[in-house]
Amino acid sequence: MITDVLSGICLIAGAFFALTGGIGLIRLPDFFTRMHGAALTDTLGAWLILLGLMIAAGFTLVTVKLIMIGLLLALTSPTATHALARSAWEHGRKPWMLPEGEDVPTDG
Amino acid sequence: MSRAVKHSIALFVFLAVAWLLWSGFWDNPLLLSLGAVSCLGVLLLVRRMRLVDAEGVPLKILPKLVVYAPWLIWEVVKANVDVARRILSPRMPISPCLFEVKASQSDDLGRVIYANSITLTPGTISVHVEGDVILVHALTKEAADGVEEAEMDRRVTGLAG
Repeated sequence: MITDVLSGICLIAGAFFALTGGIGLIRLPDFFTRMHGAALTDTLGAWLILLGLMIAAGFTLVTVKLIMIGLLLALTSPTATHALARSAWEHGRKPWMLPEGEDVPTDG
Repeated sequence: MSRAVKHSIALFVFLAVAWLLWSGFWDNPLLLSLGAVSCLGVLLLVRRMRLVDAEGVPLKILPKLVVYAPWLIWEVVKANVDVARRILSPRMPISPCLFEVKASQSDDLGRVIYANSITLTPGTISVHVEGDVILVHALTKEAADGVEEAEMDRRVTGLAG
């Protein structure tokens, strides 16, 4: 019962971060800033979903495999992100900056 | 014991443990011996490819990861919450910037760990690595300041030398 609730909370929180990453992908202004949005889906989104599944699976070999998936993600996702950013940079894509003299937008 | 032998034994043990955990077969002699043969085959292949060295089997780094990994995970969690808050806030308070930082690690493996740690943290991406200078793109000035304080650099240098 408690494990069900805990695992559910992790899954929902993971889905929230994955969704926020998707929203960032649409809202952010250019290629480089969008990669920061996608990073949410790769990191906490994926990790919390894996954690939720581990809690549901309990102390079994399934959990070991989920940990392996997490390790694989932690190694491959920054490597792929770097390859993408480097390729964009080397082909001359210029990052979007705040217009000269304009302050950082704040809420309120 | 020579270092090459030490690295080979460590790699074989790692492969055997991975095989056991992935397959879940503990008590079938035929499958276990086939697994041992597979591990030995992989070991011979990577030795022929000359990948069994301090970079391919980083024995010195593994124990120190116990300290570094939880710290990195916590940094990533904090950065996630910050970036999520900025994406969801109506006016999106972002201030993208591009800057260079020096990586103080002495070898390629250390620099790769540092550059990948920067990229793994949402809000900062290592765009280009040239020698020991890493070009970083940050989503906000605050994230950029965080990298320039170089705490992560010091920790990775402590990890990988």
